[in-house]
Amino acid sequence: MARYALLAGFFVLMAVFYVVLDRMNDGEYNPRDIPSEFLGKQAPEINVPDLLDASHTVTTASMKGKTWLFNVWGTWCPECWREHAFLIELHKAGVPIVGLNWRDEREEALAMLKRLGNPFSQIGFDPDSSVAMDWGVYGAPETFLVNAEGIIVSKHTGGITPAIWQQKFASYFQPAGAQ
Amino acid sequence: MKQRISSYLLLFLFVSMPLALQAKVEQRQFSTPQMEADYKVLINELRCLVCQNQNLADSNAELAQDMRSKVFKMLDEGKQKDEIVDYMVARYGDFVMYRPPVKTSTMLLWYGPIIFFVIAALVVMTYIRRQKSTPVADVDQQRQQKAHSLLDDE
Repeated sequence: MARYALLAGFFVLMAVFYVVLDRMNDGEYNPRDIPSEFLGKQAPEINVPDLLDASHTVTTASMKGKTWLFNVWGTWCPECWREHAFLIELHKAGVPIVGLNWRDEREEALAMLKRLGNPFSQIGFDPDSSVAMDWGVYGAPETFLVNAEGIIVSKHTGGITPAIWQQKFASYFQPAGAQ
Repeated sequence: MKQRISSYLLLFLFVSMPLALQAKVEQRQFSTPQMEADYKVLINELRCLVCQNQNLADSNAELAQDMRSKVFKMLDEGKQKDEIVDYMVARYGDFVMYRPPVKTSTMLLWYGPIIFFVIAALVVMTYIRRQKSTPVADVDQQRQQKAHSLLDDE
């Protein structure tokens, strides 16, 4: 009897492992994910020079009144390359995206934008993580959604896919007419 | 001879390895011994968010390097240890602390091991008790006698 209970327990454990692994593969569950401290809070300041034009300073205040995405990326991050095409699609659909080029070489970042296109309206250049730390960023890509009042309402760690867009972000853009 | 050279080379590699690893740690100029002590405490207490099972002192991840710089900069500005921990917690949550505070959300983390210990102790206890109470299997009378006679012969 006890032997059957043990066997049943083993199968239950196997089922749990399978479900968790499956959800991890689908990108629905990330065991390394750290719950953001910022959801529902005021978006931090950006305040660093623009990657494309160092005389221009990228600020959070400049996006006031808009619903926008803040996307942290780097040329060293393969998931960011994969995500890039979808960001361009969003950009074309009228979603304002502010980028943060994190811990990168300026030349390499510019080369990647030249090769893959530029979905960003502004790009903060952050070689020493000063902005990344202020936003609680710990990996790339990371994407925050900031509403018109400057509050962070959604966040995703990892590349954005159409499915994740629908699940976490799309609803905030519907009223504005964007996709 | 050739073997000897290669073994010397290997020895040299092993000896120099810790040096090479050490070279990666930043050299910092502390204005007071207190500041150095605080810095050491902080980088040991704060977690690297990239390699999540390491603290800032152990990790070589880029973010950990930048977080160490930030800790140093804040100490240099005269910030207290608590203020620096609060700064990191405000951004990365309790997870950034290697010893998170006891809260409802961290209960299982703090008391889980005790619960597991109690469960394990109970399992072991019932196992032992059951072993004691099981009667020794009935040994065939004839065979027992045979065994006795064999032993008596000795």
